[in-house]
Amino acid sequence: MSDPALHAAQPLLVCRNVWKLFGPRAAETLAALGPDPAPERLAAAGLVAAVRAVDLAVGEGEICVIMGLSGSGKSTLVRCLSRLVEPTAGEILFRGQNLLAASEAEMTMIRRHKMGMVFQHFALLPHMTVMQNVAFPLEVQGMGRASREERAERMIGLVGLAGREHFYPRQLSGGQQQRVGIARSLAADPELWFLDEPFSALDPLIRREMQDEFIRLQSVVRKTIVFITHDFDEAIRLADRIVIMKDGAVVQAGTPEEIVLNPATAYVREFTRAVPRSKVVRVARVMGAVEGPAPSGSVPARATVAEAAPLFLDGAAALRVLGDDGATVGHLHRDAVVVLMLGG
Amino acid sequence: MAHPLEAAAGPAARARLGGGGLPAWAAVLGGFGALWLWGRGVAPWAFDYPRALVLPARRWIGAATRWLLNEADFGLFTFTDATRFIASVIDLPYRLALGALSGGFPAIGLAPMGWVGVVALAALIGHRAGGLRLATLVAACFAFLAVFGQWTSAMVTLASILVAVPLGVAGGLALGLAGHRWLWFARAIEPILDLMQTIPVFAYLVPILILFGFGPTAAVVATLIYAMPPMTRVTMLALARVPDDIRDLGRMIGCTRRQMTWRVMLPSAKDRLMVGVNQVIMLSLNMVIIASMIGAGGLGFDVLSALRRLDFGTGLEAGLAIVALAIALDRLSQAFAERAALPLAPAAGRGPVARHPYLAGALATILAAGLLAALMPAAQTYPEALRVTTGPFWSDLVAWINVNYFDSLEAMKNALLLNLLIPFKRFLAGLPWLGVAGLLAFAGWRLGGARLALIAGGLAVLIAVVDLWEEAMVTVYLCGISVAIAMLIGLPLGILAAEREGLWRWLRLTIDTLQTLPSFVYLMPAVMLFRVGDFTAMLAVVAYSVAPAIRYTVLGLQGVDPRLVEAGRAMGCTRRQILMHIRLRLALPEILLGLNQTIMFALSMLVITALVGTRDLGQEVYIALTKADPGRGLVAGLAVAFIAIIADRLIQAAAARARARLGLAAGGPREHA
Ligand SMILES: Nc1ncnc2c1ncn2[C@@H]1O[C@H](COP(=O)(O)OP(=O)(O)O)[C@@H](O)[C@H]1O
Ligand SMILES: [Mg+2]
Repeated sequence: MSDPALHAAQPLLVCRNVWKLFGPRAAETLAALGPDPAPERLAAAGLVAAVRAVDLAVGEGEICVIMGLSGSGKSTLVRCLSRLVEPTAGEILFRGQNLLAASEAEMTMIRRHKMGMVFQHFALLPHMTVMQNVAFPLEVQGMGRASREERAERMIGLVGLAGREHFYPRQLSGGQQQRVGIARSLAADPELWFLDEPFSALDPLIRREMQDEFIRLQSVVRKTIVFITHDFDEAIRLADRIVIMKDGAVVQAGTPEEIVLNPATAYVREFTRAVPRSKVVRVARVMGAVEGPAPSGSVPARATVAEAAPLFLDGAAALRVLGDDGATVGHLHRDAVVVLMLGG
Repeated sequence: MAHPLEAAAGPAARARLGGGGLPAWAAVLGGFGALWLWGRGVAPWAFDYPRALVLPARRWIGAATRWLLNEADFGLFTFTDATRFIASVIDLPYRLALGALSGGFPAIGLAPMGWVGVVALAALIGHRAGGLRLATLVAACFAFLAVFGQWTSAMVTLASILVAVPLGVAGGLALGLAGHRWLWFARAIEPILDLMQTIPVFAYLVPILILFGFGPTAAVVATLIYAMPPMTRVTMLALARVPDDIRDLGRMIGCTRRQMTWRVMLPSAKDRLMVGVNQVIMLSLNMVIIASMIGAGGLGFDVLSALRRLDFGTGLEAGLAIVALAIALDRLSQAFAERAALPLAPAAGRGPVARHPYLAGALATILAAGLLAALMPAAQTYPEALRVTTGPFWSDLVAWINVNYFDSLEAMKNALLLNLLIPFKRFLAGLPWLGVAGLLAFAGWRLGGARLALIAGGLAVLIAVVDLWEEAMVTVYLCGISVAIAMLIGLPLGILAAEREGLWRWLRLTIDTLQTLPSFVYLMPAVMLFRVGDFTAMLAVVAYSVAPAIRYTVLGLQGVDPRLVEAGRAMGCTRRQILMHIRLRLALPEILLGLNQTIMFALSMLVITALVGTRDLGQEVYIALTKADPGRGLVAGLAVAFIAIIADRLIQAAAARARARLGLAAGGPREHA
């Protein structure tokens, strides 16, 4: 209800009951222990349960953020989605095709053309220039030099590194290196874009800048995104939907608003406690009906309350709330904003 | 949570196994002492291994070699065909390299590059790798070879290296890649690599000599076999250390196997691989010198024949030439390794010359040198008249030392021999083999459990079974004394240098340079002063093996957590107390590894000292070499390897235990800090 993007979208990627156990004879042990084995029993068998019974659906054009502390299985899960790590059990459907049934050759083609990935530590090849790095996925596909360099050139421009094509990675700052990583992951124009803690290795200020850059980029490229982070604030800023993981299992999934307003467990509440509600609650949720004289100012229904608040500084008592199509869908009253902001 | 608990119980249980073991040790040592003192009458076979039960391993190996040579037939080709094929593969590039460097190609009327050409080319390569400074150093080293009349020999040695290094690097890379791809392959070659690195080089010179005959080809084969294992190891390690992200990237963008290997993995591992290449070069140099015994010729042969004639002047000159060559090669390959870590911006120019300035320069140099040499014979061969020879000077110096200090040198030597070396040798020779094997097995059991006990005890018994116990004890005696002296020198020096940055920088440069020198070089000065015998051997071994003793002591002490030292100071410890109770104790694992390295160095040098007349396993190998008896050489070589493996495994286990214990002990204060 709160986020139209979520419900309009077709799921592009679905995974059902995905397990990943590290250790000897993982599949046999999992099968022997039944549908939902206790973590203690897995540990007793010498297995590390990195991903446990994860269900997930990512809609087309959606930004799905997987959040969890270090070691909670985020990287393993995202690698299961592209089968860089072979899941122990479960089902992964990409546009309805079961990836676990795909041959290695089919997987290679899917990875080459349909998936892109950004890595926490950039994973740039040190012996290649920025241009060569960005063009490398296309080179691997066998694309000719002229066309791949032209495409790489465009990607480099898109991430704001034009003019640095002939630098080597170690001549760039961390933020710039990750821009190269982003350009490279987009070079083959994938449908599905994985980002594994792309900004975690950066300084806080740069991280913020890169988040803004990411939002801008997504408005241009419009990909379906699985974004991993251990930073709840980052998740809130970027996500259409957040999936919170703990010890390999999903503890809660929902929009940032749902999670902040209704944390499912004490564990999730720990994260949400410090988040001001006004930053996640959208105007649509607290607006009143359209009645009385039309206020002069207006605000989009998707905006958060914190974004709307400054519009009351000129003394207005209410604002018109506009839906995606520009029609007035309600009125936002000063009192409602004040109550929410004072309530934390 | 049963599993982590079990894991936590592991070290504790093992600590219990070792801790409080004093009564057990006392009992075992008591039993050993009793056997030693009173056992000879009761069980003489525990002292002298019974003849009748000796395993005729050398005869078997000899027969197997003969069979390989004369009868082995793989259907399409015989074994001899295979060795001939390998020989021809190596022989051609060797001839090319040697011809270009010094011999020329008389058949087609082509002259060699000449010394001016080679020096200029070396300088050019030096400039490319490390700028003007390196160019000067390398040119000076090469010019030294010409001026001091060592040119022809040095070029023979260099030609072998130029052939052996690319082959060794390629072979090591191939094996390393295979080991990286297939775990079973890595597992299979691991023990072979271990053995190859501990078996003394003389030992496999014998079979190579028999398979490939006397000459430079056999020497290159030996060099390859010697230098390939470290390259294999470095390759596997370098590939394993490529970050997971990079590997994932390669798969994510859909690399094929080949793209993965050549475009992603190897380039990402390049920095570490270059370190391996440097090792291959230095090991090749070392081996090419030693392989003069099977016909490598060159500088090694000059040293060897000078040693045999006791002609110190000539020997030392050749030795210095080896030093010059070693320094040039080492600095060059290190500079290339460092450059690999810093890619430069791509050349902007157009046209082949602008894009490859150094290649163009090299071609121009070769042409110009050829022309110059054709016009001016002095640029071809360094003129005899301008040659400087220091030979007589060194001979005179030695004569002078001997005239003036003979008595004191002799007195010192005899005192040490009579009071230390000979009693220790007698003591070891009188020990019962069964008792020693049992003691080693017990130590293995205390330190690492049943497996280690089996290795330590079993290998010791094996040495007795092949009837080499006496020789092995001589090796242990010489090695033990040398290592003890090396540690006595290395520990205090390391302790001094660990705190003084200036001293350490200077000391490190010295030991780095000493370590690049081929082991042969160490014999020369020792022989000059003390002639042949155990004492001379001991000096050479100490000089060769002191470097790791110093290095690991310094690294261990510098690695101690400074907060602990601070805590000690806060508690009012004196400097001495801090050193004894905190720094040395915490550096113990590292120092133990240093001891291990010192032993390995000592053993490898000890075998070479057979040339100066020791009576140990090395001599056994050396005699086998001169008699071309592969069985005898290989069995004695394996015995040396067994000693090395026993020492290595026991000390590694001790170091691991020390680390585990300190981890527990050091955990407390660290958490509070
Ligand atoms: N290759 C592996 N072998 C064994 N255990 C692994 C492996 N990869 C990850 N793990 C374990 O799986 C768990 C989840 O790891 P990971 O997915 O990297 O977590 P995150 O990315 O959330 O930090 C951790 O306990 C980690 O130790
Ligand atoms: Mg991770």
